[in-house]
Amino acid sequence: MNPTRLIIVAVGGQGNLLASKVIGESALLADVPVRMSEIHGMAQRGGVVESSIVFGTARSTIISDGEADVLVGFEPSETLRALNKCNSNTVVITNLAPLPPFTVAVGSGIYPDLDVLQSLIKAKTANLIALDAEALAIEAGNVLSVNMVLLGALIQTGKIPLSSETVKEAIKTKTKKAFVELNLKAFELGFSAASQLG
Amino acid sequence: MHKLLAANPGQKMLLLGNEAIARGAIESGVAVATTYPGTPSSEISLNFFQISQESDLYFEYSTNEKVALEVAAAAANSGVRSMCVMKHVGMNVAADALMTLAYLGVKGGLVILTADDPFMFSSQNEQDNRYYSKLAGLPMLEPSSAQEAKDMVAFAFDLSEKLQQPVIYRTTTRINHSTEVVVLGDIQTPITQGDFIKDPFNYVTVPAVSRNLHVKLLEKLETAETISETSEYNFFSGDGPWGIVCNGVSYNYVSDAVKDLDIAHKVKIFRVGFSHPMPRVLIKDFLKECEKVLVVEEGEPFMEETIKAFAQEEGLTLPINGKRNDLFSRLYEYNPALVRQCLATYFDVTCKPAAGVNLSDVPEIPQRPPSLCAGCSHRATFYAVNKATEGMETICPTDIGCYTLGFMPPLSAGDFLICMGASVGTSCGFSKVTDKKVISFIGDSTFFHSGIPGLINAVFNNHNFTLVILDNGITAMTGHQHHPGVDMKALSMEGYAHVSIEEIVKAVGVPHVSVIRPYRVKKSIESIKEALNFKGVSVVISKEGCTLFAKALKKPRGRSFFVSEKCKDHRDCINELACPAFFIEDNRVKIDPALCSGCTVCAQICPEHAILPLKDDA
Repeated sequence: MNPTRLIIVAVGGQGNLLASKVIGESALLADVPVRMSEIHGMAQRGGVVESSIVFGTARSTIISDGEADVLVGFEPSETLRALNKCNSNTVVITNLAPLPPFTVAVGSGIYPDLDVLQSLIKAKTANLIALDAEALAIEAGNVLSVNMVLLGALIQTGKIPLSSETVKEAIKTKTKKAFVELNLKAFELGFSAASQLG
Repeated sequence: MHKLLAANPGQKMLLLGNEAIARGAIESGVAVATTYPGTPSSEISLNFFQISQESDLYFEYSTNEKVALEVAAAAANSGVRSMCVMKHVGMNVAADALMTLAYLGVKGGLVILTADDPFMFSSQNEQDNRYYSKLAGLPMLEPSSAQEAKDMVAFAFDLSEKLQQPVIYRTTTRINHSTEVVVLGDIQTPITQGDFIKDPFNYVTVPAVSRNLHVKLLEKLETAETISETSEYNFFSGDGPWGIVCNGVSYNYVSDAVKDLDIAHKVKIFRVGFSHPMPRVLIKDFLKECEKVLVVEEGEPFMEETIKAFAQEEGLTLPINGKRNDLFSRLYEYNPALVRQCLATYFDVTCKPAAGVNLSDVPEIPQRPPSLCAGCSHRATFYAVNKATEGMETICPTDIGCYTLGFMPPLSAGDFLICMGASVGTSCGFSKVTDKKVISFIGDSTFFHSGIPGLINAVFNNHNFTLVILDNGITAMTGHQHHPGVDMKALSMEGYAHVSIEEIVKAVGVPHVSVIRPYRVKKSIESIKEALNFKGVSVVISKEGCTLFAKALKKPRGRSFFVSEKCKDHRDCINELACPAFFIEDNRVKIDPALCSGCTVCAQICPEHAILPLKDDA
């Protein structure tokens, strides 16, 4: 099985690690070889959290620049920052709800224009699926389910070797019981949003 | 039940490398585990701590790595299987114990885990701790995957008991923080009770004893080498003329690169997992079969130098390379593309570099550096110090913890940092040879770890500086581990005492001690000014709980604040405090009520008193 390489970038607290865990557990359920790595040194202190997930027969758990097949960004400026991981065949999925870093508030940086950001990513990659995951998460019942919305969108693209059913099964068994219904709803909303965009 | 205690051999489980290591220890019947927390090793001890709550495992967060190793060393010399876990720089602290423990050896298995951090994701240096195995004369193991990380722990315990020596178990961040599917094994029931048999002429390391023990150490090292020769963790594959020797994560990158470059038929790969002592005969035989050899190892040329020495012993003149300007660097961590490129360069095969996208027209993206949390008490303390030292020329040695982040503007509180506890020792030196006011920062856990000797030194030698102890009641940076100053009763944890920082400071004879509550801004500034005016050693203990920990404990928090119409846009709140709860909207300062912890500090410093609490339910 040829490797498929997925990068997820997020801001600390957005639930990237739970999304990665659900993906890993899904792969285990489906008997798809998977290796993952995460850097979250100061995640709880406002930094960036990056997960790399490699499906298939590769041994490496990290992904070099230009070698991601799929990039999922939980925050638009972080999606743009991770563009170095992409190539012209990469499929990019991004949340469009910004979380401007504090450096913007103190005037030591300008938050990129969202239209410019989208056209840049579109021009450089195979496909961009951009959605307001925050709005969909709120629709699902909790803003914290942004991760499940984006997971739904990711699975809809068919770019990673996991079925919707497997992932939903992993959500049922590996996320907190009290949130399962909400997470599944968020997943479905992300999935159908992506199918309308795709 | 804790998931790592599940007694279901053969089950597949998705595990973080650190979880796999903890499971490996449980499967090996570990009975005593000690640590001082440090990334990237922290999750190992977090799991041990949780497991100790529901099993016979004795686990402790020791005050520092040296103490942790001493506790484990005694347990192991009483015949009890023990494990001591630390990050790479922790090994420097434990090294004094390590070097002579290597002379004594152990009875029960002792595994000492060092988690190295190439690229310094969360460390102050990227030292290569493999050299500790050479320095101490101890066997060392290095896994390449999560499965191996688990399995190797069991091997390490057996090896330790066979050799009657501690075994160094070395990981890197990418092993600790990678997640893979791991097949579980059987759990051995731990033997928790041991006995120590007096044998002073083998245990009391006076010179006459140690001279004999050093002989024994070298004998054990020779035995270790014979085991290394036949260890399943030193293996090779392929039969081409090009040789590659690799270890740890490098083995993964090499395996993928060989496939990607389609050179599998041309290379032999030697994976070293039992990396000290290196398997001399195996390596020499391998060299004899190769035209040229590339050594792939992150960090220092540890294997490369040894392999070159082996070649010299055999009179072999084939090229052996690794660290070279056009090949591998001693810097940072490697990645698949880098290893692929170096293999292609060395063996002269074509390599299509990944077609990355052109980034030249991507606008500069605002940085997102980690920062002190919204409402963090350290920010309040630094603000008070900045106010109290206005107009003064200062030097601010700082220390290791969340508060290190205070060195960033606008707080700019932190001028010098080398290692745990050094804020105090370096303050002595700065105050002696400069005329500037020295005011230094250390956290509560770091103070217990290694700040106290420096403070005693300062008192005895009559130095002149102010030490601010930032006491947020927990080891915050590494994920909220407890330390001797933590009120364990408040956490509903039984069986612990409490050590008061204030009492220690007074007991060592600090002549000027004050305690502040940093959320009370004016009072804090006054107290700090007073301490600064004192000639001699003064200590300010700034006490306020970690806001992130309070959130984790679901403690009730203060009401969120908002910026009212009274705001005249001075922006002192943003420019001097820089709490991440602030943001700018329509060119006005606003507060994110979801982030605001209600610490009230910004409200106290606003010149217009424009920052006000939100009404209930707002």
